[in-house]
Amino acid sequence: MSDTGTGSATRPRDDSRAPVIVVRNLTMAYGDFVVMRDLNFAINRGDVFIVMGGSGCGKSTLMRHMIGLQEPATGEVLYGNFNFTRADTLERDRVLRNVGVLYQGGALWSSMTLAENVGLPLGEFTDLARAEIRDIASLKLALVGLKGFEDYFPSQISGGMQKRAGIARAIALDPSILFFDEPSAGLDPISSRLLDKLILELRDTLGATVVVVTHELASIFEIGDNSVFLDAESHTMIATGNPRELFEHSTDPRVRRFLTRGREEPAAG
Amino acid sequence: MRPEGGAAALPAPGVSFERADSILTVHCSGSWTLRRGQTRAEEIEYELGPEIRRVAFETADLRHWDSSLVAFITGAIEICAARSIEVDTSALAPGLKRLVELAEAVPENRGARARVSRPPLLDRVGLATIRYAEGGSAFVSFMGALVIAFARFLGGQARFRRLDLMIAIQDCGARAFGIVTLISFLVGVILAFMGAVQLQQFGAAIYVADLVAIGMVRDMGAMMTAIIMAGRTGAAYAAQLGTMKVTQEIDALTTLGLSPMEFLVVPRVFALILMMPLLCVYSDLLGILGGAVVGAGMLGITPGNYMRETVAAIGLGSAFGGIFKATVYGIIIGIAGCLRGFQCGNSSSSVGDAATSAVVTGIVYVVVACGLFALLFNILGI
Repeated sequence: MSDTGTGSATRPRDDSRAPVIVVRNLTMAYGDFVVMRDLNFAINRGDVFIVMGGSGCGKSTLMRHMIGLQEPATGEVLYGNFNFTRADTLERDRVLRNVGVLYQGGALWSSMTLAENVGLPLGEFTDLARAEIRDIASLKLALVGLKGFEDYFPSQISGGMQKRAGIARAIALDPSILFFDEPSAGLDPISSRLLDKLILELRDTLGATVVVVTHELASIFEIGDNSVFLDAESHTMIATGNPRELFEHSTDPRVRRFLTRGREEPAAG
Repeated sequence: MRPEGGAAALPAPGVSFERADSILTVHCSGSWTLRRGQTRAEEIEYELGPEIRRVAFETADLRHWDSSLVAFITGAIEICAARSIEVDTSALAPGLKRLVELAEAVPENRGARARVSRPPLLDRVGLATIRYAEGGSAFVSFMGALVIAFARFLGGQARFRRLDLMIAIQDCGARAFGIVTLISFLVGVILAFMGAVQLQQFGAAIYVADLVAIGMVRDMGAMMTAIIMAGRTGAAYAAQLGTMKVTQEIDALTTLGLSPMEFLVVPRVFALILMMPLLCVYSDLLGILGGAVVGAGMLGITPGNYMRETVAAIGLGSAFGGIFKATVYGIIIGIAGCLRGFQCGNSSSSVGDAATSAVVTGIVYVVVACGLFALLFNILGI
């Protein structure tokens, strides 16, 4: 387990060639139960990086490890050259200020209106006046197609709208890295496709690096530049690369089976 | 051959067995519907002699069928598989055959079935001890984080919404008025009744005022307020924070770099610290009023006399002692509610458990603290 220095958090945006996030020898476990072991991959700047795999294989758990909500059993997560896993809370918070997260159900704060949800990060981490915060919150909501819904509470809007509002909150501080946990889960195909387009647009306009946890094949092929495939049975990653190339060239039967929706059954024995 | 309504008109389900050499043929006939009852697959076990190498199913006389027949056949297939007996399902009706194949398509996951074995006594004692130790360390780290967050709060550095604090204060202050009024008044009435029955016998009815005043101000005011607030606010805190955990709202705060301790716990506990002493004073007054009503109505004590006796009975130490107790109870209730909320699991039932546990923990520690205070005040002569 090597340690590449403990310097202050660097904005990955500044260094265009180095990977933004590096996951090194990561093992994730709940007590004695190992979810995934020996994960090694890098996420390059500007990529839409897909974390894929069957249900319950540990995709969301991997995301939680990458944003510090769970601690690895062994191994580490690096943001640029900064060792996130070994950092203390203050240093982590500095890194995370550059990160936006969309949780599975949106995770909007239910006691606040949409404008307050989006405005909270702005109020806490900028010196903007209240009216300015309101303007920016309206702008972010407009970007995700929720213009005019500023004063609605999360319980008053649909699931798809909650997800979009969650994205507006995630991009409130113009982060350079965005995490999306199952963005299209529970959405109809059209909303799901619109969300994919939104993700690509955000990547292009914000210049952000996007990490998407999903098992929706349509999304994976549509937006993925790079990916890692987690296998529940062997408890480790069994493929990395561009999803479309994996679809065409991968020889691993488990990967093929997943990417072809089970149409190509693995050879018996 | 599909299930139909009007079970009474349908022929009864039947199963018969026919042996020929090493082959057992199972004839299923009549109407196999769940409403006619279920034939257990174990029946086939009695027919499986050592000579049987193959079991075939026959459904030519079958009228209607539903899941009951599918369950019977898949059960029988499992029994045969355990004895390495070949099963022939080719003669089954097409739809039935497809359902049976579907049920058998994915083999049982190894290790998927929960083990029901009970660990030995020593194991259980050990596991329970470890669980308690873990709970203890979780409590200590929660308290540590809370103390740090409170220090930051008092230093003006804590990040939280002022509005949340105001809402919490309103919620555990003004909104609790009604229930505190009712309960405190009734407790005053009850204390006065109990005292009156005894004291009247000695012609000392006026001392009911002393009894109610001292009882309410020293203990009952703070205690009853605490129990009401544990059931009302403690449970609400646990349910709110538990739900926020389930919906990942707490994660969203954490990844934003906002401490849930400062943002969620400090305003709630602080609101209770502010409001509990006020509610306690209010409860004391209402209790005394309840006593005065009994004194005037039942014992014929004039309100003026009752008040004079009351004022003479209450010392400053008792009054402030009661208020101090209420503040401590407020801290206990707030911590119990928030701690249980944070410890909540990831399902809706665990939110209910968290709320229940918050109330139980709150009340237990309030009563324990009450006992300790009684001892302490006795030593200090208050």
